Amino acid sequence: MEYSLFRALTQLGDDSLILGQRLCEWCGHGPTIEVDLGLSNLALDLIGQATMLLDYAGELEGGGRDADALAFHRNAEQFANCLLAEQPNGDFARTVVRHLLFATYASALYEALTASPDARLAEIAAKAVKELRYHADFAADWAERLGDGTEESRARMAEALDWHWRFVNDLFHDDRDWAACAARGLVPLRQSLRYGFERDVSAILERAGLALPRKVWPIVGGRSGQHSEHLSVLLATMQVLPRAHPEAVW
Amino acid sequence: MYTTELGKVSPLQDGAQEDPERLAAFETRVAADEFVEPKDWMPQAYRRTLVRQISQHAHSEIVGMLPEGNWLTRAPSLQRKAILLAKIQDEGGHGLYLYCAAETLGTSREEMIDALHSGRAKYSTIFNYPTLNWADIGAIGWLVDGAAIMNQVPLQRTSYGPYARAMVRICKEESFHQRQGYDLLLALAKGTAAQKAMSQDALNRWWWPALMMFGPPDEDSPNSAQSIRWRIKRETNDQLRQKFVDATVPQAELLGLTIPDPDLNWNEQRGHYDFGAIEWDEFYAVVRGEGPTAKERITARRDAWANGAWVREAAAAFEAKRAARVAA
Repeated sequence: MEYSLFRALTQLGDDSLILGQRLCEWCGHGPTIEVDLGLSNLALDLIGQATMLLDYAGELEGGGRDADALAFHRNAEQFANCLLAEQPNGDFARTVVRHLLFATYASALYEALTASPDARLAEIAAKAVKELRYHADFAADWAERLGDGTEESRARMAEALDWHWRFVNDLFHDDRDWAACAARGLVPLRQSLRYGFERDVSAILERAGLALPRKVWPIVGGRSGQHSEHLSVLLATMQVLPRAHPEAVW
Repeated sequence: MYTTELGKVSPLQDGAQEDPERLAAFETRVAADEFVEPKDWMPQAYRRTLVRQISQHAHSEIVGMLPEGNWLTRAPSLQRKAILLAKIQDEGGHGLYLYCAAETLGTSREEMIDALHSGRAKYSTIFNYPTLNWADIGAIGWLVDGAAIMNQVPLQRTSYGPYARAMVRICKEESFHQRQGYDLLLALAKGTAAQKAMSQDALNRWWWPALMMFGPPDEDSPNSAQSIRWRIKRETNDQLRQKFVDATVPQAELLGLTIPDPDLNWNEQRGHYDFGAIEWDEFYAVVRGEGPTAKERITARRDAWANGAWVREAAAAFEAKRAARVAA
């Protein structure tokens, strides 16, 4: 039974890790210094969350793996992050929309996880939820600014929404392991958060003068290791040193 | 991270056009180690020299994010990744305070950034060297930030108040960065043969550029005397360089690394290390923008600025609309 919780924790940890890794790519290249520093803050929070979640996953697994072993020594198909997290940064609008969708989902999820009967998970969630609420606000503020800024920024936001919307179903997918944990009351079903998510995102987009995209054929598979083309490239970069020097301590 | 004075100005020439009484009063104040504040009268040349120095320092912080950022996505542990991210973020923060300090002298951030992108303003030559292996991240913290601290500690007492105050916080953070770099190299020193080789390779490549960071030898540094008189600088390039060598050699020994200088020797009589000749031709070439990664660095900055233009325009348009709504 602990296997399900191990899998659920890697889903959570991998989301944070892979999105954090993506945000690292912005460092030094942001549209202003302030935004650059802001994106680094988001990345730092996510990498901190990933470390706590994956360390806990490794302990539960009982095979001597810690967060680093899980982060640097698994292949793409063993990663359980949502497809949204691994999508390339694109322009700043795509980064903002990716973060808006992710953080709106994750802040509601972690809010619920603070009440988990698993004390360690509840403790991690209590720290993470404060960070993720800020992430959701940061993304919502930028969504509003860009949606209601210039013609160009509005067009880029509409394109970015259209780009990412196909991955939303995957974000809310309850796979067998997650559902098993939900049945034990350790985590909420993601589907139970979907209504609130659409309500919150719609409200933000309305303030930004943007609309929810129409329903599209969903692209799914992240939780079961069926990723997009981008993940293995991201991992090739991220894992290069530990893979080249497996015996080294850094 | 810090640059030493690189641009060419002639601060002495236009001193003649200043009101001699005001100039004398100013010189007396500065000589008494009083702080000059933004609204105080100051000679034009003092203002210009400061804008040049502070903006070069700010540009160096921002460009300096790039060589370290090069390894951020490849940091070999989650902890090292978080540390490096926070460290680079500090450098960006330094850039921000320094632009603000320079703005108090009447030059806008946009003007300064434009000067950087057009090549009129310089940044520290050190960032035009590549980061080729993970140990370079340690070497930058240890040597580059270490050299920066030597340069910057005296600037906490520099005569221009906003610059001096910015430097107090910057120095605290840089000293943390230096320990961070050294800690990274200590881990490699305890590691595998390949990790030790990375460290030695990094030291071999960064040692001489780090010594060049203090600027040309005193006899070729024409503005130093005036800058020292104005308390914009407090020690000469060669004094600072010597201090750096003396402090760093024992640290290299502790890491089990060899300084790539066959002429390095402890001089009992002087109480200092003697060291070999610096290749100043290389320094001047790098200052001219001919360093190994000069084109990559400035192109990355120009691209970031150009690609972000629509974001800045959108934010400004949104603010204007919001202000109009509030006023209505």
